[in-house]
Formats: sequence, C-alpha cells, structure tokens
Amino acid sequence: MFDSIEKICLKEEELGVPFWLLVQQDDCNETAISKEASFEKMMQMYKAMKQSALEYDSKMKSNSGLVGGEAGLLRKYLDEGQPLVGEFTGRVMELALRVAEGNACMKRIVAAPTAGSCGVVPAVFIATQEKLGLSDEKMTEALYVAAGVGEVIAARASLAGAEGGCQAEIGAASSMAAAGLVYLKGGNGRQSACAAALALKNLLGLACDPVAGLVEVPCVKRNVCGAMNAVTSAELTMAGIESRIPADEVFDAMSSIGKGMNPNIKETGTGGVAATPTGERIKASI
Amino acid sequence: MNIFDIIGPVMVGPSSSHTAGAVKIGNVCAKLMGEKIDSAEIYLHGSFAKTGKGHGTDKALVAGLIGMACDDIRIPDSFEIAKEQGFRFTFSNVDLGDAHPNSVKIVMHGISGAAVEVVAASLGGGRIEVCRLDGVSVSFSGECPTLIVHNVDQPGYITEVTSVLGDQGINIATMQLYRMHRGGEAVMVIECDDEVLPETVEILKGLEGILKVSYYSPV
Repeated sequence: MFDSIEKICLKEEELGVPFWLLVQQDDCNETAISKEASFEKMMQMYKAMKQSALEYDSKMKSNSGLVGGEAGLLRKYLDEGQPLVGEFTGRVMELALRVAEGNACMKRIVAAPTAGSCGVVPAVFIATQEKLGLSDEKMTEALYVAAGVGEVIAARASLAGAEGGCQAEIGAASSMAAAGLVYLKGGNGRQSACAAALALKNLLGLACDPVAGLVEVPCVKRNVCGAMNAVTSAELTMAGIESRIPADEVFDAMSSIGKGMNPNIKETGTGGVAATPTGERIKASI
Repeated sequence: MNIFDIIGPVMVGPSSSHTAGAVKIGNVCAKLMGEKIDSAEIYLHGSFAKTGKGHGTDKALVAGLIGMACDDIRIPDSFEIAKEQGFRFTFSNVDLGDAHPNSVKIVMHGISGAAVEVVAASLGGGRIEVCRLDGVSVSFSGECPTLIVHNVDQPGYITEVTSVLGDQGINIATMQLYRMHRGGEAVMVIECDDEVLPETVEILKGLEGILKVSYYSPV
C-alpha cells in the first residue's frame, strides 16, 4: 500500500506506467485478486455511484426530517431561475445534493471515502462524464487515481471524522475528486497530486460538527462545497498553477491538525454548529 | 485498508459506522449463532444508544441478524420483514462501561434453545470488532475465516489444533489466546487466510480437551 503520493509520481515518471495503473497493481499484489477482477469491481463502484444519483426522489425525507428536497429545489432554480453558474457547475452542485441527500434518507450509495462525504466524487465525476462524453472505462481509471490519493491520506492521516474532523471526510473526498478530475482532463500523476494538495489545503481544519450527531446538517450541503472545491482545484492545476506545498506534506498537516482538534468537533455532535442554540433545539426536538 | 475500503463499500446510508457497520455486526452475530435465530435482545451502548435511531442503527442491526447485506435496499423495512419471518427482538439501552462508543450487546436464542451472547463494536468505515463472546474477551474483525475454539487450559492443546490446520494446508493469519483462570476454560481465536472445511471443524471438535468449536466465514 502506498504511503506517499511523491513515490507514486516518481514511479510513474521512471517506469512510464500511469498513476492509476500503479495504484491498481499495488492493490492487486496486496489483496491477491487479478487486475481484470479489480477493474470490474471498480467499474461496478462507478456504476453504483451513477445509480445512486439516478434514484433520487425529491419527495423523500430523512428519519429526522431535517433533510430532503434540496436537489429538487436547486434543479428548479437552475432550469427556471436566473443562476449565475453555468450548466456544468450547476450540475455538479445538483449531483452532490442528490447523492448526499439519498444517503441521509437511507438509500444506497458508495462510501467514497465515507458515507457522509459520498456525494463529492460522484458529483464531479458524473458531471464531467456527461460534459466530455467519456467512457465508463476512463471513469474507472480515474476512480483508481482518486482511490490512490485516498489510501495515502489514510496512511498518513485519517479518513474518519471521529479522528480527524470533517477535513478527513469532505476534505479527503474533495482531494480525491480533484486528482481524478485532473486525470480525466488529461493531466499526469504529478498534476493530480497538485490538485489533491490544492483541494485539501482549502479544507484543512474543517470541523466535524453534526447536529444531533446525524449525517445530515451540515454534512449534506458540505458535499456541494467539497465537489465545487475539487473542480476549482483541478482547473487551477490545469491552468499551470502549482501548489507550493506538496500533497504528502498537506496530508501530514491534516494529520497534525486532526490530532490537535478539540474532541467536541470530532463527530461527537457537541461542538461547532451542533452546539449552537438552534443546533441544540433541533437535537432536543428529535 | 485496500482501495475498495476507500472507494466503497456500496451501502445503504446514512453512516458507515452506525448503519453499514451495524448491519455487519448483525451478520457476524447471526453466523456466530450457527443456527436459525428465534429471538434476540439487543442492548445499545454509547453513541449507538444516543444517535442510533437517527442513523437507522436499530433497523440495520435487525437487517444484519436476518441476513441482509449492507447494500440491501430493504434495510429501512427490516423490522417488518423480520416480523414476517417470525424473528422476535427487543431493544434497550445499556452502559457497557469503557467499551467503544459504538458498541452493542446482542443476546441471541436459537431455535434449538441454545443461546449466544456477543459484544461488538463498529470501528468506523464499516469495519467492526467482536469484543466479547459468551462472556470471554476476544478480538476479531470478521474479515477472515475465524475459528473460535474453547478448550481445557492444559499443555498441548494449542499444538493439536494448529497441527490439524497445518495438515489441511490452512495458513493462520492471527491467533489470540484467552482464559478465564489457570487450568480452567480457555479460548483460542484463530483468523485464517483460507476457508476451513466443515470436515476440518468436525476433526477439531473430536480432539481431546476441546470443549466447543465455532466457525465464522465471511463468505
């Protein structure tokens, strides 16, 4: 298992093997499955992501009643209102809500890397596939890029809100999505690493402060933020703008921030927006 | 952690720890029972007790006990489906002391009248740990084929068991030993790289000094 993005990039440059394939080969060695079976499984993950976005129903509500209908409202505004954002950006926002709302309403999703952050990668990937007309094979390769970033974050820091706050969930998802998007835009491993670094830097220190301890407020809407942040980070990278701090060091910074975080903002539902008067009122009413 | 822990699992929401992990705990418990479950008493601890309802932890545990996987879209309806199958269950809150915050104690009664008691924790990302089995502290993940062997705490029994596994070409991944007191009942928890065949389990059951053998297969 890789514990450094730099190591993957160096290997790509030395051997001429693409980033995504290095991630796949490494995992196949570790888990003793064939590369064909691995690829098929990863493609199933991508198809399950698309299905989770497709199955959205704007009439569903979460158990607590705090979440439901948001993606429907946004779509109506995009179609009938006067949005500032263009169709692609609007679609990314809508997809993030569709998947994350579905999760809150006990629908089937793909944890990427977690259930709370499950809307970020599908939003960026599906909107890009629609816009650029890419094959599912290409999308699957990009998922390996995202997974490679995720496994290095897991090795150097954490992917659990309870350990690292929301930077470890929405932050990690955004970093993974940015790296995958760069690949879809034709970027190399080093450019994916740059986008991963840019994306995570923007979300360092993010608190995990779910109201009433539920994966609903502020989690669902933060998926929109994570997805948009991935798009801007990838676009900055493709414009030739570099991260001054390398990805591995950004992940280490995330780990160190996570360790220093007050436990009340590590998924305990006792700090941040969860501890606001309104947050407390909602908790008492559930 | 492999890449399908990062991208995946496919699961019913909203929480990998409070929903998917809870389904998996139910699955592992059902397999540890080893026969059809007639009824279960489910005791929620810590965060499972506090936020379990909003996360569907209760529905997820029941879904797991009746054999649903964590991506089964019927999980929200598990209570009704369980009742149709004649499976009875009760929920209450419990304080398990310094157990992991996402812990549950499940007491299961099988159709033969046998009972099994499990304490398990959901560690995050859908990973779980079985922490107590029938009152004995243990630690296993349910990721690998796992043998739980109760034996008399006397010299030689561990060698007997590992020799049988070696003869069958089964590689041991991890092995843990526990005992109530010296010379009393001891427990071996053996996580294996390979599936253990029912015949092999029978051979183990027939060994001298072996009191009980349970086998858990993740497949």
